[in-house]
Amino acid sequence: MESNIVLQYILSGITQGSIYAIVAIGFNIIYNTTGIINFAQGEFLVLGSMIAISLASFLPLALAVLIACLATTLVGAALELVFIRGLKKWSPVRVVTLFLLIFIIPFRSGLFDGFPFLANMVFCVLIAAPIAAGIEFLFKRFVKSTSNVLRMIIITIGISILMREVMLHVWDEKNRALPFFTGNEVSSIDIFGAMISPQVLWVLGVSAVIVVGLNLFFKFTLIGKAMLACSDNKTAASLCGINVKWMVTLSFMISAGIGALAGCVTSPLTQTQYNMGSTLAIKGFAVAVLGGLGNSTGAVVAGLMLGVLEAFAISIMPNAYIEAISIVILLVILFFKPSGLFGSAEASRLKEF
Amino acid sequence: MLARYKPLLIVLGIVVLIQLLLSLGGWEFFFTQLIMSAYYSLVVIGLTLLMGYAGQISLGHAGFFAIGGYTSALLTTIDLSGLWDKGTLSLLSSLFITMEQKDPYGNIIYSFSPWVAFVVAILIAVGVAFLIGIPVLRLKGHYLAMATLGFGIIIQTVLLGTTALGAADGISNVPDFTLVPGIQITDRMADRVMNYYIAWFFVLLGLFLIINLLNSRVGRALRSIHGNEEAANSLGINTSRYKLYTFVLSAVLAAAGGVFLTHYLGSIGPSEAGVIKSVRYVAIVAVGGMDNLFGTLLMGNLLNFLSLRGYFGTFDEAVFGIILIGIMLFAPKGILRIKGIKYLSSFIREKLAVFKREKEK
Repeated sequence: MESNIVLQYILSGITQGSIYAIVAIGFNIIYNTTGIINFAQGEFLVLGSMIAISLASFLPLALAVLIACLATTLVGAALELVFIRGLKKWSPVRVVTLFLLIFIIPFRSGLFDGFPFLANMVFCVLIAAPIAAGIEFLFKRFVKSTSNVLRMIIITIGISILMREVMLHVWDEKNRALPFFTGNEVSSIDIFGAMISPQVLWVLGVSAVIVVGLNLFFKFTLIGKAMLACSDNKTAASLCGINVKWMVTLSFMISAGIGALAGCVTSPLTQTQYNMGSTLAIKGFAVAVLGGLGNSTGAVVAGLMLGVLEAFAISIMPNAYIEAISIVILLVILFFKPSGLFGSAEASRLKEF
Repeated sequence: MLARYKPLLIVLGIVVLIQLLLSLGGWEFFFTQLIMSAYYSLVVIGLTLLMGYAGQISLGHAGFFAIGGYTSALLTTIDLSGLWDKGTLSLLSSLFITMEQKDPYGNIIYSFSPWVAFVVAILIAVGVAFLIGIPVLRLKGHYLAMATLGFGIIIQTVLLGTTALGAADGISNVPDFTLVPGIQITDRMADRVMNYYIAWFFVLLGLFLIINLLNSRVGRALRSIHGNEEAANSLGINTSRYKLYTFVLSAVLAAAGGVFLTHYLGSIGPSEAGVIKSVRYVAIVAVGGMDNLFGTLLMGNLLNFLSLRGYFGTFDEAVFGIILIGIMLFAPKGILRIKGIKYLSSFIREKLAVFKREKEK
């Protein structure tokens, strides 16, 4: 293989890999504070870029991306508050979220399309409000707050299906893409004979900023340290006056936010479709396990490794099977060294495999 | 002894009742979806055994369904003329190993007979289940869920990428499955009622096997594993072996469902192996109440029937997502054990008892 082709493969691998690493870090943040693997992690990327694509049609690109990230962060918080926390008392956030979710159904299905727009809205509100109130009542009355792993897995799977379906109905099943941040589809930069799109530099830059930023956040800010404390020992953390519940919410917000940002920067390259979340999630999980679950530095290394491996696999394997490679790696790692390449076997013995 | 099989007789009674109702009412067009739901419920009862009784989640059961369906579809549509000469083929045909049939262009081709394909499909499913089960079942929780999910995705990727298996189109023109001369799995309109009973015969057979299993040493061992694996282990139960056997049995049931449904519909596509399908099976088991065989059977047939009839419209997947979340939040033990329903059923039972007593007087 010629050296510039090798370089080309490596660069495209690193680009893909850095996205996997971001997804894996999203898994890790939530896993560290809650012990839950959030199966809906991939959907955060898709949601972020979908919102940004819609906003970019009438807003400047930077502003659209910013708003999209903030909105996804809020969705992450809302999901945690509604489904994970299992609050027993009345929660306005939950009512509003439920209301919006239910509102979409009659509105998008065109149940009252014959009526003027305002009447249509009013009818939908009349349908959605009592249902939302009813579910809220059920929450207050019946929710069992025992948490077991099987139950949490199934809930997050349900969330991911729900998010995917909501995105399908709000947007549609078409491929969309954000405009390139600098240049366009055909502009390319020559790096030692390998041609790359300027967007690749954006992806690498943003991923680096996210990784470094999170590291600084966890090391040097009080909230970051508090979150680390929660992952270490929840009881001890709450004895120190840390509000563990809000730290969990915050972890969902952060992973949703970085997910959305990663989704936005890759959207021009890979395009966005409503159902690509689950593939991203399983690859991200493979990376998270490869790097040792909960270990974010390991996730970066493992992400880059998997990305490069996939890029080279394209040259020797039929394209259709590429999707399976990361999963085969995941299975092999799970069978032989579930603590990951960088996790310690002693520490992992305490975890539930 | 009879008490054990009473639920089976009740199921049979309901099945017959529905058939009479539909035939007399002229609603025979419902049979197609009822038959499909019945075959899907073979997967559901197998998964119930695995999830509810052995306590192991599998997000890859659609993969086993597809393994069964695709193996049978491939073997019964493949052209063997190039492999053996005509004399050998007609000899094999008289031994029921191969079968003479017409391809879409009207040419006569020889393929394996459905029974041979069925046996091969089941053997492959058993092999794959052992191969996957031995390492995967050492895992727990998220890791088990992700590993089985990964298995399902691999199967679907392979199906989508292999042109010999029809890639995105799947395999069509799968012949009817002649079980014994005169009785065949087919989608011919005239044989709808017969096929309805064939489908339910297989479901009841599966239930019969599972009920016997659960009432044996194995069943008690499984329950102890579900309760507390360490404790079961310390009592000398080989937990990993029992988990593996349950996994294999549930894979076999899923594969059998795949074979029958493929012959019934005459085709199979890669979407049958999709993550969405696997999640749907898990949702059905959760709704039915995990360790409630007849609950999952009921909910499986109900939900699949409604979904196949298209009553959920474009919200088909969303319905299953909402069901998953709702059940896990409000009724982790299944919809049939919600307080209200429990209350209602005990209320009815009380009234019935009073009524009976008064009658006796």
